[in-house]
Amino acid sequence: MPTYQLQVNGKATTVEASEDSPVLWVLRDHLNLVGTKYGCGIAQCGSCTIHLDGEAVRSCSITMTQVVGKSITTIEGLSEDGSHPVQQAWKEVDVPQCGYCQAGQIMTASAFLEKNPNPTEEDIKTAMNANICRCAAYNRIHKAVTLAAEKMV
Amino acid sequence: MSTRTSIPFSRRAFLKSSSLASGGLLIGFNLFTACKPKAVESPMDLSSLDYQDFNAFIKIAKNGAVTIFSPNPEIGQGVKTSMPMIIAEELDVAWDMVHVEQGILDTQNYTRQVAGGSQSIRFGWDALRTTGATAKQMLINAAAARWGVEASECTVSEGVITNAKGDTLGYGDLVEEAAKLETPEEVTLKEPKDYKIIGTGKVNVDIDEIVTGKPLFGLDYKTEGMVYASVMRPPAFGQKLESFDATEAKAMPNVVDVIQVGDKIAVLAKDTWSAMKAKKALKAEWKADTKLESSEDHDRILKGLLNGNKFETLRADGNVQKAFAEADNVLERTYESPFLPHNCMEPMNFFAHVTDEKIHLVGPIQTPEGTAGRIAEMLERDANDVHLEMTRQGGGFGRRLYGDFAIEAAEISNKARLPVKVVFSREDDMADGIYRPAIKYRIKASVKDGQITGYHLKEAAINSNMYGLIPNFFPAGAIENYQVDVAKYDSNITTGAWRAPYTNFLAYAEQSFFDELFEMMEVDKIQMRLDLLEKVKGTTDERIQYSPERMQEVIKTAVEKSGWGKQADGVYQGFVAYYCHNSHVAEVADVQIEGGMPVVKKVTCVVDCGIVVNTLGALNQAEGGVIDGIGHAMYGQFGFDSGMPTATNYDKYRLIRMQEAPKVTAHFIQNEYSPTGLGEPTLPPAGGAVANAFKAATGKRIYKQPFMENPEFWRLSDQPILG
Ligand code: FES
Ligand code: FES
Repeated sequence: MPTYQLQVNGKATTVEASEDSPVLWVLRDHLNLVGTKYGCGIAQCGSCTIHLDGEAVRSCSITMTQVVGKSITTIEGLSEDGSHPVQQAWKEVDVPQCGYCQAGQIMTASAFLEKNPNPTEEDIKTAMNANICRCAAYNRIHKAVTLAAEKMV
Repeated sequence: MSTRTSIPFSRRAFLKSSSLASGGLLIGFNLFTACKPKAVESPMDLSSLDYQDFNAFIKIAKNGAVTIFSPNPEIGQGVKTSMPMIIAEELDVAWDMVHVEQGILDTQNYTRQVAGGSQSIRFGWDALRTTGATAKQMLINAAAARWGVEASECTVSEGVITNAKGDTLGYGDLVEEAAKLETPEEVTLKEPKDYKIIGTGKVNVDIDEIVTGKPLFGLDYKTEGMVYASVMRPPAFGQKLESFDATEAKAMPNVVDVIQVGDKIAVLAKDTWSAMKAKKALKAEWKADTKLESSEDHDRILKGLLNGNKFETLRADGNVQKAFAEADNVLERTYESPFLPHNCMEPMNFFAHVTDEKIHLVGPIQTPEGTAGRIAEMLERDANDVHLEMTRQGGGFGRRLYGDFAIEAAEISNKARLPVKVVFSREDDMADGIYRPAIKYRIKASVKDGQITGYHLKEAAINSNMYGLIPNFFPAGAIENYQVDVAKYDSNITTGAWRAPYTNFLAYAEQSFFDELFEMMEVDKIQMRLDLLEKVKGTTDERIQYSPERMQEVIKTAVEKSGWGKQADGVYQGFVAYYCHNSHVAEVADVQIEGGMPVVKKVTCVVDCGIVVNTLGALNQAEGGVIDGIGHAMYGQFGFDSGMPTATNYDKYRLIRMQEAPKVTAHFIQNEYSPTGLGEPTLPPAGGAVANAFKAATGKRIYKQPFMENPEFWRLSDQPILG
């Protein structure tokens, strides 16, 4: 089984995994980073969203060979202590119901706001449409992204 | 019923206090027992109890820190926050002094934490308040004894006791003495007007862990030597395993073993991906041992049942047939709904480690006690061997009431003698479900001299029919000739509870029907509802549990808050009022035409669920329930083709997303009634509100869920109003 050198949450990491393994399962099962969630495995729900060189990607649908030499950020590495403005906004708005989708929501929102710091309401809806929340906490997710945008200015 | 401030039943049945080895006061109580009204009738002997009988605890340390160990399954409905809020209120401590933990208190001393089922705030209300108040009283008694004064002259605020002279003592200073005192027989509870924590907004107690991605959920649980199991189950309902060949799968990297349990084949591997991949390499032969059913069969069968005469009558008042025969006008409509999978965002999963010494189970489950019992029975083991830990749950919606996944994990671990985590893929989760059954309703009503004289509701359902008090919900009691008949067809497709069972579809059918009936009668839709409710006032029929007064209030409030009848040009509204789960709800959907299509823009939701414990959590539940209701009414399409599900992942099964989610404004009626359900009641009315608003916008009625699957509705060319 091949060995991969990865850059995860700012740290150089070596991991052994099969080359067709989705990055999601390597993070969860091999690197113990279980904050990134499995929801569908086919790039439909966004639960598994991570940042790859700052871009939001679905870790369930990319394999190890696609991440070599790139920098991965997971929810665990978004900030040291939950102080990222998106995480702060999520707390202030009290977004989660069951909470399962929220790491993916936060990762999508944080990558989006880096690119578009002054989003319109429609921009937010379009960006966040990629992530399913089965508990349907959509009103609060929207509100928290708006608040995070204000915090990031 | 207004909330009670003294509790008649014996607290001895579920409370015990003592000192902690590390110093401090410990109060244990069995929330499960206490929350069941039955426990009231058969108080246990306190002396026979030890802490193994308790599943919830309050610990007050010498420094005054309060820890509340909450045993309740947290599935996203917020009880891990709201239940401790109730205790903290009566204990009279500041919320920021309280730390809430789930599950085990002390693995050395308390080895059995089989904890309660899906009891709600409604059942926990008295028990939780009494527990907090008892702890407070013991601390006051300890302070009074130390000062040599009467307990009655002491007052408490935020964990500090003050006597008449103005001396003060903190809870932490008193825990040692309090632990030695008798548990008081009588305690007084606060009046709702004095609440400081109940009725405020408290953020989810797990918020920090959630937003930083800490391991919280069943799928996140890991232990030394654990293997992951991906299970192949019969692909169609009605099939059994004939034979299989695992040679290729076994040779794959990281695969530990492949074992058969009943009609299932479990691939065990060192990581999830290897297990899922090797499962695809299994070669299995299946054979049908019962009929492989399709949705067309169900359609035909359910229609046949509605047209037939094999009904069970659940309620009959007056004579509906006579009312229909004498009517000026009769309206009859049929409403149809498909099966629905639950689709919890966290797929089903469970950890089991069966050894000769014990059965260790960890994971997300709504019915831990029952499931632990079933596993002990299946493995012919003593119930005390089972050690079950609950994790946070990525959604429940009824699916995690069924312990099939936990039983499966225990079976596999028992055979493999390994610590095993069974993980369902999304495909497994949707294909091996316990679905909301497909149902059809036929409703017929008669009108004479401008009055509704008869109402006949018929239900045809897969596997099981409406139960409990549902046949006695509105309009029972409001219409003289009233009848509810049910019939069912036994299918081999597994079905069960889905968020707001039966009412999740019945509310839409009934409320759409009323909308159409009121239009046919040319009456005001609001006034007609209020008039019908007026007739229920003063009823002595104990089966009728909805309150006409409270229903009228939510209706009037919804009219006011939604601007009903005063909407802007181009806004079309739909009105619904519904009672279920002991709560009264009215909803108004605002629809606009965009790009030639009706779009739901806003929903106003008014809820009477008695005292709201956590206002922040309550709003989240109400908003989520409305959007979930709309999502499934609009898009939830699921059926079977020769026993195989027609969708197994989100490419084929559509869940509502942010762009389709309307803005929900929820309002809560302020009163002092004991709290009632909130996780479910805002969901059932939502589909009806939307369907009625669609009718207002397009002139067309929808009789079938999901709404998207009504080509005649969406065929734009013959829509007069669109554009
Ligand atoms: S798990 Fe990757 S998008 Fe759903
Ligand atoms: S909070 Fe439960 S899925 Fe989003």
